[in-house]
Amino acid sequence: MDGEELTPLHPNYVKVVRLNTMVFALPFVIAAIVLEFAGFLPRGAFLLPMLLVALWLIIRVPLRRYHARGYQMGDDRLRVVRGLIFNSDTIVPFGRVQHIDVHQGPIERAYGLGTLVLHTAGNHNHSVALPGLGHADAMAMREEIRAHVKRETM
Amino acid sequence: MTETAVVAAPLPSEEWRRTSPMSFVVSAIMSLSKGGLPALAAIVGSGAWGMGLLVLVPTLAALLAFSSFFSFIAWRHFRYHVGDSDIRVERGLFSRTARSVPYERIQDVSLEQAFIPRLFGMVDVKFETGAGGKDEVRIRYVTAEEAEALRETVRARKSGEAVVAGDAEATPVAEPARTLFAMDFKRLLTFGVFEFSLVVFALLAGAAQQFDFLMPFDIYNPEEWIRLFAGPGHRLLELGVGAQVVGVALALITLALLGLLTGMIRTVLRDYGFRLEETPKGLRRRRGLLTKTDVVMPVHRVQALKVTTGILRRRWGWHGLGVVSLSQDAKSGKHVVVPFGQMDEIAPVIGVTGFELPPANAAWQRSSPKHKVDQALLGVIPLSLAAAASLAIGNLADAPGPWRLWVAAGFAAAAILVLLRENFLWRHDRTALDARHIFAQHGWLAPKLDIASRVKLQSIEISQGPLARRRGYANLTFGVAGGTFAIAGVPLGEARAIRRAVLDSITGVDFSRLGEIEG
Repeated sequence: MDGEELTPLHPNYVKVVRLNTMVFALPFVIAAIVLEFAGFLPRGAFLLPMLLVALWLIIRVPLRRYHARGYQMGDDRLRVVRGLIFNSDTIVPFGRVQHIDVHQGPIERAYGLGTLVLHTAGNHNHSVALPGLGHADAMAMREEIRAHVKRETM
Repeated sequence: MTETAVVAAPLPSEEWRRTSPMSFVVSAIMSLSKGGLPALAAIVGSGAWGMGLLVLVPTLAALLAFSSFFSFIAWRHFRYHVGDSDIRVERGLFSRTARSVPYERIQDVSLEQAFIPRLFGMVDVKFETGAGGKDEVRIRYVTAEEAEALRETVRARKSGEAVVAGDAEATPVAEPARTLFAMDFKRLLTFGVFEFSLVVFALLAGAAQQFDFLMPFDIYNPEEWIRLFAGPGHRLLELGVGAQVVGVALALITLALLGLLTGMIRTVLRDYGFRLEETPKGLRRRRGLLTKTDVVMPVHRVQALKVTTGILRRRWGWHGLGVVSLSQDAKSGKHVVVPFGQMDEIAPVIGVTGFELPPANAAWQRSSPKHKVDQALLGVIPLSLAAAASLAIGNLADAPGPWRLWVAAGFAAAAILVLLRENFLWRHDRTALDARHIFAQHGWLAPKLDIASRVKLQSIEISQGPLARRRGYANLTFGVAGGTFAIAGVPLGEARAIRRAVLDSITGVDFSRLGEIEG
């Protein structure tokens, strides 16, 4: 199953990551503006680099992260691939799932997305999160995994 | 924990439920008693107490209103659903989390009544699953009848499948037992020798730091020490080099004796009367001189084994055996079952746990040579730079020649050690699979052997950093209940092959045996 194509995340995921990054970058940009007007250094010495970095983080990085992520829903396992610089490729067999969460943050809700979280009994990867799914898709995946847990134990 | 004697009918399904309306009042009071009491202490501490009730009453009222408001919101947005195949819990106002817990995964339902909820007749219901994180599922608070009904419903829906005994660490067992491993006093003392420890000096240093004001002299002043050791009139200094050498030798011998003694005492205290038995309930371990412990580890809960050794003890073939087991309480999942024994004593214990040592014809695979080269370079390059820099800075600062040479030599020696280590690791770190297990041997001075059962692994992750991706190797990390199992620097293709093989054994497992496996 390694060779098979990954399913890409919902396109709205890029927007969600951008908004999250904006929220994160806002205090730094404000700080840069304050320092700019405090006039310690020549004009633009704080603001310009800060704005460039912020723009790169907001426009470019989320797109690359989106392309680095993906998943593969098998009959009996879920594969989650993520990471730009530090890449990880995790497989959770449904038979090892303890319980399942579908989480929605406020920004995710605005774009109709959800995060599927599988909890396992392992110390490492005790919860494997797959963000950027359509909320309905996440719910459907949850049902499928839950049905599998039931079938398998019977 | 209080059990109510109410016999309740199973709850009807297909209906979302809220916790009792009283529960937000209880939560508010609970959070007030957590957050409010420190606030009260702050008020008293700041002297506002003097202003009397004028300040105190409005402050308390505001705190109560504040926490009630949040508790109300939390209560309003919390609901649960007792379905045919799972229990669902939804919570959150801005961030919503919907959790589904299949009945098959619920190991126990515990009802808890703390003091304040008890006053209101409220119960905190906890569903225990085997999830690795401490992220349990709870419903706070419901009435005692509702709690009992919830528990009955879960038990009824679960019925038909084998219910595994909940308590992993039960105490007394009175069944016939077979001794697997025991240590006599001679073995204990031998063990103590290898447990050589200078921890007593760390303790002394710590104590000295705490109580330095009690010392008769300033312990941070080296001249005081010289005066103390040299004695009045520098008697020792005048005795010449020979006497000084004898002095140093004496000091070293004292150090060694103290280290030995510490190791012996600690070992005897911990492992006196060590006895490992096979009982129908599992492996039973008893040990301890002053604090005696008695632990029972059900065999089906053992997830992985670790064979350990030490730098010196391995020369005489001494090893230890630890089991990683799924324990439901918060205690550590790792237990020593053979602290100090020869491999021919350890092998039968491994057999009892249902695991095996790697077979003689195991297809061992080495890790990627590129990984070891990269690791060596990551150590050697900074150390060489440091050596060069210390030479250069020594020159600039006009430091005495021998000094900068010694420092540079120190860095160079460290670099050589790094090279030797990575070379050794490349030759000795290895991994093998057999039909039921995965084996990994790793480590330089005290190599360890990890043995995991393939079907008991919970998840498999292949991860790569930037270097690893460029050079085509990866780290392989398995999710083990109660422990860790990771293999570093596996060639990517091989990592994928191992993952495929392990997944095949996990998903191909005979389902009727799952209850036993997952325990």
